[in-house]
Amino acid sequence: MKVLVPIKRVVDANVKIRVKADKTGVELANVKMAMNPFDEIAVEEAIRLFEAKVATEIVAVSMGGQACQETIRTALAMGADRGIHVKTDVELQPLAVAKLLKAIVAKENPQLVIMGKQAIDDDCNQTGQMLAGLLGWPQGTFASKLALAAGKITVTREIDGGLETVLLDLPAIVTTDLRLNQPRYASLPNIMKAKKKLIAETTPAELGVDPAPRLTTLKVEEPVKRKGGVKVKTVQELVDKLHNEAKVF
Amino acid sequence: MDLETRAHLKETVRRFVRERLVPLERKVEEDDAVPAEVRAELKRLGLFGLTIPAEYGGLGVDMATDVEIAFELGWTSPAFRSVMGTNIGIGSQGIVIDGTPEQKKKWLPKLASGEIVGSFALTEPDIGSDAASVKTRAVKRGDRYVVNGTKRFITNAPYANVFTLMARTDPSDPGAGGVSAFIVAADSKGIRLGKADAKMGQRGTKTCDVFFEDVEVPAENIIGGREGQGFKTAMKVLDRGRIHISGICVGTAERLIHESVGYAVNRKQFGKPIADFQLIQAMLADSRTEASAARALVLETAGRYDRGERTTMDAACCKYFASEMVGRVADRAVQIHGGAGYMAETAVEHFYRDVRLFRIYEGTSQIQQLVIAREMRRAFEG
Repeated sequence: MKVLVPIKRVVDANVKIRVKADKTGVELANVKMAMNPFDEIAVEEAIRLFEAKVATEIVAVSMGGQACQETIRTALAMGADRGIHVKTDVELQPLAVAKLLKAIVAKENPQLVIMGKQAIDDDCNQTGQMLAGLLGWPQGTFASKLALAAGKITVTREIDGGLETVLLDLPAIVTTDLRLNQPRYASLPNIMKAKKKLIAETTPAELGVDPAPRLTTLKVEEPVKRKGGVKVKTVQELVDKLHNEAKVF
Repeated sequence: MDLETRAHLKETVRRFVRERLVPLERKVEEDDAVPAEVRAELKRLGLFGLTIPAEYGGLGVDMATDVEIAFELGWTSPAFRSVMGTNIGIGSQGIVIDGTPEQKKKWLPKLASGEIVGSFALTEPDIGSDAASVKTRAVKRGDRYVVNGTKRFITNAPYANVFTLMARTDPSDPGAGGVSAFIVAADSKGIRLGKADAKMGQRGTKTCDVFFEDVEVPAENIIGGREGQGFKTAMKVLDRGRIHISGICVGTAERLIHESVGYAVNRKQFGKPIADFQLIQAMLADSRTEASAARALVLETAGRYDRGERTTMDAACCKYFASEMVGRVADRAVQIHGGAGYMAETAVEHFYRDVRLFRIYEGTSQIQQLVIAREMRRAFEG
């Protein structure tokens, strides 16, 4: 069974994000980038399926500028077999990514697409669902557990207030939640070997997709800074402030 | 090695060190041991084979990559590096540099995978800096040697499966020429370990005495297959090791600076962060400058090593400057932390004790000075 794992290059989770002065986006110049953590979980899960002899091939796909190949290389070092790089400098929004993935699915015929539930940069949480819609495939989103048997996949989903377990026919789309697994560190020998694995390059034009954005970003702002607290002298003053200023009762 | 792969290796080690090892530092201090699961993870990561050639199952990284990884490993407690430190350095390099093809084939793949731990036995109760005066004797009897003697402060001896042993094969030559290097299986009959040494710092690393009593070693286990080459082998091993250790010193200095800046910015006295005070700023600036200078020296020397230049003097300069530098940086780090820096809750407290060893092992600062001066004279006099 072939597994396709879409991965996104995002600002490293440990970097303190700064908004550009003109509020058009976040500062990306000289900022450390890494694989989206949810996608890392997806790669790990695919490798575990491979190690359990359920998956036979893992294809990692990323979209964007040349630097995406670094992110693909990380997936290859972890254990993916080969990569696909969709080269474009256009800002990619979830619908465009879903369309591009649909075109890749048509070529590659995977039985399973595992991807992060969302990217930590724009937090859209849309691509997996859109891809399922475009393909007409079943989807199991926010997965915290997977089990494959007899052409079906059981997905345990993390939902508000509990877990939901769904049974899907293959082929299917699964999006990963944080608790699905703990991704491995690529071993140093595998990093060296990853250099020799294949990354195929393609473009939106070759895939017959117009990736132009449909949405316009009006502005990006930093969260409001927390104001310092105040000390109150008496319980009465506290009750008074809670009632009249904070209006909690 | 191409820059992208080097960066990828470095980044992976960096993440592993900061996410996995740093949170365990306190535990290592308290238990005086590295957790068994971390040993297994370090093995899986492939770090044991860092400097062993690819044809024998290692990574065979060049010196420039070696020191970049050392910068990252130095960020955390030295006990973690010590787990594979001897396989990377003194416990394997004798075989890598001077071993026969058969010796390499037999030992290196297992050292690279971490299946076995290698250890280096040179120092003796009476022999430290005067390394050429090795007293341990190896007497040839037929197709074997019989070894008798005591080795001291032997890093990783309690875990070792194989020793690179320096022993005197020619008693008529009391100097370097009479010493040979042997590969000795740790389970050989007649090898006994002393109790683990109680040390000032570097808790979690294990050293002890190793006693050799009528230990029989096959003659084919002489490194390189020839007698009298042992001291030369040991010096080549130490040459490369010195550059690596210097990289570790730089990494530890970076960590101490990181801790110092963090503390100075957050700690308030006289109504403002102590980082506002110029006397604190002076200490931070001195540490930063010295660490940057050491880093530049180490990178420059690693590059020259990779180009095949003679780097005996430069390696000694690196070891001398970087180990003394990190001593000063650690001292300032404790000073910036004030009373807190003397308490075991802060990382700088153990690093202050840990870094003291860097000025002593694998050649004291004074030996490095002698090497530097000797090489200067040699270059001048031709």
